[in-house]
Amino acid sequence: MIFLRLFWEFFKTGLFAIGGGMATVPFLFDISARTGWFTAAELANMIAVSESTPGPIGINMATYVGFETAGIPGGIVATIGLVTPSVVIIVIIARLLARFADSPVVKTVFKYLRPAVIGLLCFALWQLLPLTFLGDDRNILVLPVIAFAVLLFCMLKWKKVHPIAWIGAGALFGILFL
Amino acid sequence: MSGRPAAGPVDNAGKKTSLLTLFLTFAKVGVMTFGGGYAMLPILEREVVTNHGWTTSEQMLDYYAIGQCTPGIIAVNVSTFIGYKTRGILGAIVATLGMVFPSMLIITALASVLKMFQDNDYVRKAFSGIRIAVCALMVSAVISLVKKAVSNIPTAIVAVATLLLQLFLGVSPILIVVCAVAFGLIMYFHGKRRAGR
Repeated sequence: MIFLRLFWEFFKTGLFAIGGGMATVPFLFDISARTGWFTAAELANMIAVSESTPGPIGINMATYVGFETAGIPGGIVATIGLVTPSVVIIVIIARLLARFADSPVVKTVFKYLRPAVIGLLCFALWQLLPLTFLGDDRNILVLPVIAFAVLLFCMLKWKKVHPIAWIGAGALFGILFL
Repeated sequence: MSGRPAAGPVDNAGKKTSLLTLFLTFAKVGVMTFGGGYAMLPILEREVVTNHGWTTSEQMLDYYAIGQCTPGIIAVNVSTFIGYKTRGILGAIVATLGMVFPSMLIITALASVLKMFQDNDYVRKAFSGIRIAVCALMVSAVISLVKKAVSNIPTAIVAVATLLLQLFLGVSPILIVVCAVAFGLIMYFHGKRRAGR
């Protein structure tokens, strides 16, 4: 049953994606590889749309992926699956652990969890690279590589600019040159 | 931070906060935020602290700290926390539903429209270009995370090992997170034992 599986996959994502924003992305690549509900290329498009619309990126992603997989009910089920662990865990923490975030154990665990998130993101990126920079005969496409370098340089130079601007620039580049 | 929901869940006017108000307030925050997480903080603060007086700025920062180091989306964790403090478990659920409601509407509408145009040549070209931007965004996210989170050799090893385990052994992200948490616990108790000697 697709809805149960959607709920379960996003419940797991909500339970293990810690840190918000891009933290859900590696889990979505994992879902894509295991279930085949959507391709990595489609996932990249969904990331762009989720970054350019209001609301938390993780929620936008869940709704989008759920919708693409099983229509409007799919979007609802995936989103509820994603937030269920949060609600349960926060309610428990609000009751039991007053100084949870300040405890030295939690601090140490996070010190080592954050670099793991870096590795997870790098692997997600690795899956996206051939779709973006390789042509049909596996040759490297020069124009996108140059565009990537320019965009990244600008992003790092003007950090305050919202991601939408860069996504818009990418879209314009695609229409004009690709 | 007390463990119980606030004794008097009232707003600035001294009235008991209705679930509808809670839902609408968080829906408003959801629709006005691009990106979630810390991008949401100023808007959330204005609504929840200034307009409704449900919590204080200091408590809000505590919620953020906890929301960051508990599983799930930060924005959702913070909404759940504030909802729980105002109206208990039902409040937690209603605040979270309010937060995600605008996303669901907007994304569903947009996804349906994009589906109709997905075979259009310009749309395909635009998305090829957008993928480049997404790659660059991910790289810049990695760079800022490296600056924040890779402070010594063990943390660098964790980052590299995580990538290699996935590349060569196909280890799932869930197992990676579990292993990183276990490694953090080992380092904590190891450090404590050394300090005890």
